[in-house]
Amino acid sequence: MFCKCAARASRALRPAHPRCGVLTLPALSNTVSGSGTFWSRWTCKRESSNSAWNSKVPQAPTWEPIAENQLPPPDLVDKLERLALVDFGSKEGVDCLEKAIRFADQLHVINTDGVEPTDSVLEDRELYLRDDMVTEGECAEELLQLAKHTVEEYFVAPPGNIPLPKREERSAMLKHSEF
Amino acid sequence: MSASSAASRPAAAMLGMSIREVSQALRDGRVSATELCRKCINQIQRTLYLNAFITITEETAMEQAQRTDNRLRTGVLKDNFCTENIETTCASSMLKGYVPPFNATVVQKLLDQGAVLVGKTNLDEFAMGAGSTDGVFGPVRNPWSYTSLYREQSTEDPDSDWAITGGSSGGSAAAVASLSSFLALGSDTGGSTRNPGSLCGVVALKPTYSLLSRHGLIPLVNSMDVPGIMTRSVHDAATVLRILQGRDERDSTTVQAPSTPPSLPEHFDIRDICVGIPKEYHAPGLSKDTLAQWSRVADMFEQAGARVQEVSLPHTQHSIVCYHVLCCCEVASNMACFDGLEYGHCSKVDSSTDAMYATTRHEGFNSVVRRRILSGNYFLLKSNYKRYFVKAQQMRRLIAEDFKNVFRSGIDVLLTPTTLSDAARYSDFIQEDNQTRSAQEDVFTQPVNMAGLPAVTVPTALSHRGLPIGLQLIGQTLQDWKLLTVAQWMEQKVNFPIIHLHGESNERELNRSVRERTHTIGS
Repeated sequence: MFCKCAARASRALRPAHPRCGVLTLPALSNTVSGSGTFWSRWTCKRESSNSAWNSKVPQAPTWEPIAENQLPPPDLVDKLERLALVDFGSKEGVDCLEKAIRFADQLHVINTDGVEPTDSVLEDRELYLRDDMVTEGECAEELLQLAKHTVEEYFVAPPGNIPLPKREERSAMLKHSEF
Repeated sequence: MSASSAASRPAAAMLGMSIREVSQALRDGRVSATELCRKCINQIQRTLYLNAFITITEETAMEQAQRTDNRLRTGVLKDNFCTENIETTCASSMLKGYVPPFNATVVQKLLDQGAVLVGKTNLDEFAMGAGSTDGVFGPVRNPWSYTSLYREQSTEDPDSDWAITGGSSGGSAAAVASLSSFLALGSDTGGSTRNPGSLCGVVALKPTYSLLSRHGLIPLVNSMDVPGIMTRSVHDAATVLRILQGRDERDSTTVQAPSTPPSLPEHFDIRDICVGIPKEYHAPGLSKDTLAQWSRVADMFEQAGARVQEVSLPHTQHSIVCYHVLCCCEVASNMACFDGLEYGHCSKVDSSTDAMYATTRHEGFNSVVRRRILSGNYFLLKSNYKRYFVKAQQMRRLIAEDFKNVFRSGIDVLLTPTTLSDAARYSDFIQEDNQTRSAQEDVFTQPVNMAGLPAVTVPTALSHRGLPIGLQLIGQTLQDWKLLTVAQWMEQKVNFPIIHLHGESNERELNRSVRERTHTIGS
């Protein structure tokens, strides 16, 4: 389900040279190039001395380039803003998400059939669980002091069960906000 | 260390000493705890232009110094470590004015050992970034861009030509590099301690995941975060590691530390060591200077009799993508706690809970944080979960397996670059957005976090621009001590220079101490 902003944004979003595509640029060369590929932006421009390199250290980059994936535009701008309770802010924000997704899609070139997902690098370790006994606490006052709105021992929130305003109203609300 | 040469060192050079040397000076009575604390604070004041500090705790520091015995070490903490009664902001509007009611475990351990906290350092907002340029208090400047050497290279106005520190623990790195502090804590999730450590020419250690408690370290990615240690010598880093390591009741992901001798071995035979050079770490964009250093140090190991061998970590190239997904997902989850209700910034909008949350988070988070949250939420959608999050978790196993296989084949440590090049000029760095830069800058550091291994960056030389280049050593899990032993050997051989900030009045004295220092290390 497209929202208007996303549709407008997504039509414009097909840069020829994606900026964050470390792995999508064609050239493997490490030399300074005039086309402005970010790899070479800070490469030393001085002639290298003729000192012998250690033979174990590879003299040229060893990465293989990966072809760019085509990707459907994100049609979930409103849904994500509601889930995250964070706004994209601008078209740039949506662009950023598309780039992030495109970058993430590079995962799919690797075959991971039969590989167990890793939740934690500590999966083989026996971790310590302490006894289910209260050993500290009684700090309600200290904690309540950190909050802006409290009444007695309660944190106070505005009324709930009211859905977040529609996108246009939200933009107005955020524009008028403090910052 | 020879006691006589240390005794002849002038007081003005105290700031450049290592923790070990300055502890000796305190014990010998050549300087008092309060004098030393005063010197550090003065140095901080002299280098305010670096913007390395968010909070300077001058009063409490001087008080602590008065009460302490000779064990004083001044330390600074990245501002994402909770410090009791001292503002902790994570360089974000969300936490401006937040004063934690407790100390992070590692902070408490330092204080219990007599460390004196002189300040909270600047960072990228919520530790998201590789430049220390995206915090609400502004960017941190690399102290090495204020040396005569750097100034000589540059034709431009120093105010527009300065280099970044790297990130996200840039303030901590700058504080140690500019001699304002003997030690600093940073955090390391994808390289956030090692990256600025390398660009600022200091030793930066990322311990094995689970060795140091994360309690009180405001989390970014729970399965990868570790507190990082920055010092000016490997020996100092080992000293601090020994204090901080160990199981914490308050952090169930900690383990008991392996038994550790009081200090690194003075005599150590490098011929027992096999160094692996992973070929995939020559990534596109690696600078000539860094490549030269990598080669130089590989040679050094080989000529000294160590076995040096090319190895392969086949999934390296894809690690950054995997990291990107897992990071965004865990960030989306962690940042959900910031809603304005219990702590931190709260918006004035009160029409509904959701409206208040949304406005609070809009006001409190910068665009970098918001974008990562949104990306994470995207990857975690039911329709995407398997395709992205689970896929990344599977990939993570492959990356960790790569390391396991290499270590199983007889390799003791891996030697790699830490960053692609020396520090970029700020004006160049900001030409690309945070996401792009993080993807570029973290290539060599984040695979280590994915596997939970220990790694340390050791400064090796200055680039042709006069800025530091560091190399990374990666060790096996829970073998931090062995890693540091090898790192110390490397440090002693490379002779990295001491910093001379432009216009320092005690420059000549520092010159003398450099010469003395290079003879005393390792004797």
